[in-house]
Amino acid sequence: MVNWSGTALHVVSGKGGAGKTTVAAALAMCLARDGKRTLLMEVEGRQGIAQLFDTPPLPYEERRIAIAPGDGEVWALAVDADEALVDYLASFYNLGRAGSAMRKMGAIDFATTLAPGLRDVLLTGKACEVVRRKTKRASNAYDHVVIDAPPTGRIAQFLNVTTQVSALARTGPIHRHAEMVMGVIGSPQTAVHLVTLLEEMPVQETIDGIAELRAANLPVGAVFVNMTRTPLLDERQSARVRKGTLPKNKIGELAVSAGIRQPAGEIALGLMQEAVDHVRRTDLEAREQERIDELNLPTFTLPYLSQGVALGELYALAETMHAEGIQ
Amino acid sequence: MSAFVPTAPVLDMDAILQDANVHIIVCTGSGGVGKTTTAAAIALRAAEGGRKVCVLTIDPARRLAQAMGIAELDNTPRPVEGVDTEAGGSLDAMMLDMKRTFDDVVERHADPERAKAILENPFYQSLSSSFAGTQEYMAMEKLGQLHAQAQAEGGWDLIVVDTPPSRTALDFLDAPARLGSFLDGRFIRVLSAPARGAGKGLGRIASVGFGLFTSVLSKILGSQVLNDVGSFVAAIDTTFGGFRERADATYALLKDSGTAFVVVAAPEADALREASYFVERLHADTMPLAGLVLNRVQELSLPKVSREQALAVAEGLAEGDANSRLVASLLQLHADRTATMQRQQLLAARFTSAHALVPMASVPALAEDIHDLQGLRQIGELLAQS
Repeated sequence: MVNWSGTALHVVSGKGGAGKTTVAAALAMCLARDGKRTLLMEVEGRQGIAQLFDTPPLPYEERRIAIAPGDGEVWALAVDADEALVDYLASFYNLGRAGSAMRKMGAIDFATTLAPGLRDVLLTGKACEVVRRKTKRASNAYDHVVIDAPPTGRIAQFLNVTTQVSALARTGPIHRHAEMVMGVIGSPQTAVHLVTLLEEMPVQETIDGIAELRAANLPVGAVFVNMTRTPLLDERQSARVRKGTLPKNKIGELAVSAGIRQPAGEIALGLMQEAVDHVRRTDLEAREQERIDELNLPTFTLPYLSQGVALGELYALAETMHAEGIQ
Repeated sequence: MSAFVPTAPVLDMDAILQDANVHIIVCTGSGGVGKTTTAAAIALRAAEGGRKVCVLTIDPARRLAQAMGIAELDNTPRPVEGVDTEAGGSLDAMMLDMKRTFDDVVERHADPERAKAILENPFYQSLSSSFAGTQEYMAMEKLGQLHAQAQAEGGWDLIVVDTPPSRTALDFLDAPARLGSFLDGRFIRVLSAPARGAGKGLGRIASVGFGLFTSVLSKILGSQVLNDVGSFVAAIDTTFGGFRERADATYALLKDSGTAFVVVAAPEADALREASYFVERLHADTMPLAGLVLNRVQELSLPKVSREQALAVAEGLAEGDANSRLVASLLQLHADRTATMQRQQLLAARFTSAHALVPMASVPALAEDIHDLQGLRQIGELLAQS
């Protein structure tokens, strides 16, 4: 059970292919339950959110994309560094028009390419702006902001904007802006979550990523173990598979008499081979799970969905998260 | 098992590996699909089949890197131990060190004094270690170098290259040119103009709002950054040719008929979508696509029993004695794997219906991770059997 009511900013990272967009979306949905409002943000220009929710590509504009159980609302925003810079120039320097003129010249693209740290600080800066935004009644515009962030290998660098920016600009407005961003990202109102699969490489990356986040004093949140399979064999059955003592003749006989019309030997060998593969896989997953447990972090486990993930599955995953104690 | 999708032509990996005209194989695809493992397996199979191979990996898993003897970064190909060289082949491997590759380029093209100035420039340091696109640029640069070395010395007749874990697979093709045109572009020329002590570039760009440009830029970045960039560009300008040209030269190498692109994917919607984009792009640019490798495909040991039948029979056995319950569990397991396989087939069929001419090979999901040569050999065999 975790209480994230004070955590305004959730940053979701993970190894490519581990399903971080799915987890970020389900988390935004889970946190929106019971009348809350969450914003799901995308920063890599992949339009992964639009694909997941089956909507047209998202513009640089906050849009409601789903309703959560109990009248909650999930909003989405695809942040683009160029647009965020125009936005930034307009709100901090009153340079809105100059910003769009420069954009047409390609100068903004140039500036963000010149200083990759600038790109990141603009993206995270936008998230922090949303986190700090108040409604007219002085309550938070969103209860939670969830970022579908860059992958584990890049996450510490992405978030550690002050270090990135100070390498380039030791003083000046962008430097102060970076410090404002760090004031949000480095504080307890932020949590960085990592999504992993129970495989060697993703788990290793997760362990390395956590060490890197900690070294940069960034607040580590939870680990989401994604696409786990339910063990279909119980402990006694698995032990027999490992020892190679499955009753081959009996298996074939029973399957045939129960109605499978194939040669008994063939059925038995086929089923036993699949069982061996399955147990080797679940044993490997159990070993990787132990390494995750050693991290001593809140861990949430999400099932593998053999039919793929669409809107309905997102609701189911959000429900799983809720049942596992996210509120 | 034969072709995973009946309608897709079969990718004959051995034919490609044995084709003496193929000098470069590029493995590409989105992150987490097993690109590095595929590249290493292809390289090993080619080497044990008699080719003299060099494999350039970008970000291998630690244990795999150790097994190949490339855990130490020294940016030079080293012989891999334990390779069967009976057929006359060999295998060298290296892991890309992007900063070192960039430093080498600078050192090779500039006199020592100028090289020192460039290497110490703060903007260069940020460019060479954290720039978006630098890894792709340097992967291409290294590929170009290895290729030139192979041509000159005749050491390798096949180079297998893995691509960086980019945001999208297309970045590998686009980032170098993007970075090249950025470094050769008009804005950066303007920034370097003061350092060159001339107003030539300045006058030209003044018409498009140069004053506004620099003032806004120094407002957000600070003038120090602009000075660093200016002196960096001035220093590199006189030492070696355009970055854009270098990127274009490697791009041309990739279009050569001696190159074969292998697009790697997993049977998941995202990975196949990414593979689709890449295949379309290769086609549009008339780049030589060998085919698609589909990794981690679910296979069945009992393909003749359908999911429905397995579930129905399992239900009847679930209430019986221990052995009946065991058979029920095994049948449920079979039904589960069949469902996964069917979904994967659907996704692969969708890809094939859009790209009917793209040859495909599938590698079954293995129960355990690959981290030694024996595992790579096994993958190579599975690839060839497809």
